[in-house]
Amino acid sequence: MTSVTAGSALAPPPGPAAGGELPRLLPPAGRAAGLAAHLGRHGPVPYRGRARALIGDLRAAGLTGRGGAAFPVHRKLEAVAAARPGRAIVAGNGAEGEPASHKDEALLHGAPHLVLDGLQLAAEAVGASRAILYVRRDVRARTRLDAQLPPRRARGLDRVPVELVSAPARFLAGEESALASLVSGGAAVPRFTPPRVFARGVDGRPTLVQNVETLAHLALIARYGAGWFRRLGEPEEPGTMLCTLHQADGSVTVAEAAIGTPLTALLDLDLSRVSAVLAGGYHGAWIPAGRAAGLTLSNAALRPLGAFTGAGVLAALPADRCGLAETARVARYLALESAGQCGPCRSGLPSIAAAMGDLAGLAGAGGRGGGRGPDPRALAHLTRWAGLVEGRGACHHPDGTVRFLRSALRVFDGEVREHQHGRCGARSGRPFLPVPAGPSTDEDWS
Amino acid sequence: MHGITSGTALWYASRATGVVSLVLLSAVMIIGILVNRQGRLPGLPRFAVLGLHRNLSLLAVAFVGLHVVTAVADSFVSISLAAVVIPFASSYKPLWLGLGAVSLDLMAAVIVTSLLRRHVGRRAWRAVHWLAYASWPVAVLHSIGSSTDLHRGLLLDLTIACIAAVAGALAWRVARASAALPRARRVPELMADPRPMARAGDR
Amino acid sequence: MTAKLRVNPIACSGHGLCAELLPELISLDEWGYPLVSGQPVPPRLARQARRAVTDCPALALRLDRVPEPPAPARPAARPGPAPRHDPATPSWPPTGRGVTAA
Repeated sequence: MTSVTAGSALAPPPGPAAGGELPRLLPPAGRAAGLAAHLGRHGPVPYRGRARALIGDLRAAGLTGRGGAAFPVHRKLEAVAAARPGRAIVAGNGAEGEPASHKDEALLHGAPHLVLDGLQLAAEAVGASRAILYVRRDVRARTRLDAQLPPRRARGLDRVPVELVSAPARFLAGEESALASLVSGGAAVPRFTPPRVFARGVDGRPTLVQNVETLAHLALIARYGAGWFRRLGEPEEPGTMLCTLHQADGSVTVAEAAIGTPLTALLDLDLSRVSAVLAGGYHGAWIPAGRAAGLTLSNAALRPLGAFTGAGVLAALPADRCGLAETARVARYLALESAGQCGPCRSGLPSIAAAMGDLAGLAGAGGRGGGRGPDPRALAHLTRWAGLVEGRGACHHPDGTVRFLRSALRVFDGEVREHQHGRCGARSGRPFLPVPAGPSTDEDWS
Repeated sequence: MHGITSGTALWYASRATGVVSLVLLSAVMIIGILVNRQGRLPGLPRFAVLGLHRNLSLLAVAFVGLHVVTAVADSFVSISLAAVVIPFASSYKPLWLGLGAVSLDLMAAVIVTSLLRRHVGRRAWRAVHWLAYASWPVAVLHSIGSSTDLHRGLLLDLTIACIAAVAGALAWRVARASAALPRARRVPELMADPRPMARAGDR
Repeated sequence: MTAKLRVNPIACSGHGLCAELLPELISLDEWGYPLVSGQPVPPRLARQARRAVTDCPALALRLDRVPEPPAPARPAARPGPAPRHDPATPSWPPTGRGVTAA
């Protein structure tokens, strides 16, 4: 089975010693940092004393969002800070709807006070009067977080009271308009935009939504400065990021790495054991293992192959598994996770998932058995439907699903041909990528 | 045998336009109820059905207007202008005429918001439009109670036909709605079908 | 000033009136939902476009005024999409990089 151990990963590559700088976010000993340890390592919250003061540092640091979209943080803060003082709301997004990602969970467990510091500093920077921490519904984690707040208030660390809000364990629950919708009293489903949440979000107020990891980086930049932040990473993509690493042997770890780290330092990419790498999670893209071995953890390296760093999910597909079957299982999950609000997504994603299942030869997906191969029209249907759903939803769920699917058809094109003849070269049908089981009901949106 | 004097002419006109209004409003209701989401009337393009719904309702407004004006102008009974819009303010049959005023007020709200729907916004327009479901039965009660015209003969048959038609349309739509899945459940339902490629797509 | 048609996909329930009124710019996909041309509405179709917007039973069609020249793409900040800034191909010496020690 998989286990998540914060802070452990492969040995660092030989070269200039950077080990002293890392880890920045996760506690060095691998144990969760309580308030005393946090204050001992980083000191109290470095309030600036006025709104907007922090934004210049964030601009110089070049911090981008760590929730997947990599949007420049200073620009988001500037947009929200334009509101009347006291009108804005800040929200730390720890919903982590992506099943393959555990980094937010690890961060909230290992360094919650960095996140909470970041939340307060962001609130000061935009003049917010309300601070929300949006976390995936999990009783133990929620209880732990609840316990971290009173000591902070007692020491006067939190100037804006923090409200903990539980998010449903749904893929789209972490979408920023879904967050705003839930906190406003509705369901955690995306809303039509414009207006974006930075203009009209929770209760119609300008809302700053930042991933919890982004807030943690923000809390450190506020203390140590932009120059410090840029000491690791790349000039165009500075800093470090948390990654969830799924190794081919089934182990799952969360590690912090500087952007630009070679993927071979993060994943064991023995080509005899790994056939492909998934970068960017279930809205990301597959990359052939041979090519992945020459890439680094950066958008500059991953974009040309249709992928991106996203929320740091990297998975090494074992060579004995079928990439199409894995893709079909995830596609089915993604279809079930549609909010069902927009016709093309609601109609198209189930069709796409079924066609993919047919192509992959999954039992129960309607595929014909006995070596006769899938419906010959499956591929043509897939291509047409992919084009039809792209860009036609209120959120980017259909777009991301299509990106993921197209990358599979590209990277596993050999398998596609085999499957069309009713053959599959995989030796194991054991599922690899984590897909939550269980029925979805519409009560789960609230 | 009564002669038709100018006085009674207005009174007859009021009753006649009242009947026509009831029939028109019933037709408007039926079209509105039956055409939902991707449904349509056979043979007519969708914009024509919408146009029919809209034009019939404006025609109904015209006839209701005549109905009200002739009723107020007529001297046979005394109905003040105020009683037209203020419910239960009439001295003549305050209850039944009052219901007419209620129905008129609701109708006015529906018509005005519909004419201005681009400016009123989607949610407000929808909320007010649902008041039509209150306006029509109130109009029917007003019709039945205000005069004995509808209690016998052809007009009774006509009234029963209108009520039956609207009730039937409503029953059909409720049955369809309860059979249909809420949006959030449609995806799992589609996923359960092993051969959705054979489907035309959910509608 | 030009105008572009846009559908609110959450409000849209596939009535299809828009495609009947404005077939030059709107067609329906195989599920009955509108495929709207992203091109600006030509002046000769402006009246029909406004009518389609008013007549949509779900009020899901919008006419967005777009100032000339067309505005740059809006920044994306939701899960999945590509960020709008493209990092230049680096020719820098890499700075320190490493992995957290076990």
